[in-house]
Amino acid sequence: MILGRVVGTVVATRKDERLLSAKLLVVRPVSPEGQLEGTPLVAVDTVDAGTGEMVLVVSGSSARMAEGLGQSPVDAAIVGIVDVVTMS
Amino acid sequence: MHLARVVGTVVCSHKDARLSGVKLLMIQPVARDGSDVGRALVATDAAGAGVGERVFFVRGREAAYPFHPVDVPTDASIVGIVDSMDVVA
Repeated sequence: MILGRVVGTVVATRKDERLLSAKLLVVRPVSPEGQLEGTPLVAVDTVDAGTGEMVLVVSGSSARMAEGLGQSPVDAAIVGIVDVVTMS
Repeated sequence: MHLARVVGTVVCSHKDARLSGVKLLMIQPVARDGSDVGRALVATDAAGAGVGERVFFVRGREAAYPFHPVDVPTDASIVGIVDSMDVVA
């Protein structure tokens, strides 16, 4: 899983019907210190995250194991809102 | 599977219910000589690892298997703690 910061939302009227009512957010990967890095990705939000929050993003086929995604065509899902990262 | 070093911990109080009780650790993938390779990532811990330990981890759909029968939404899991390694080439 990667750490990311929610930087925006995506609205799509025409999409796969299994994505109906899915909340789509734009996430930028971040370093453990919170520094934005890498290219943005679109992830389905399953934990009511909001813009500016640091989140936990699961990628690949594992993303479909997130709550309520079932057989949805999804390869990135937000599964947690990060409270704190402690590096040693 | 890949080698990594545990470099930190992650706390999420609001998360997918099936991640409850699962330890989340920051890991830094390493080469065989211990030098860092690529970017740090978050992994679920299925081996009781701690900060500073060298571990090996599995990526992808298989990362959920240690938690069977619960379908934990994870794409990286620590599945072993390295005691020692012998590499000849």
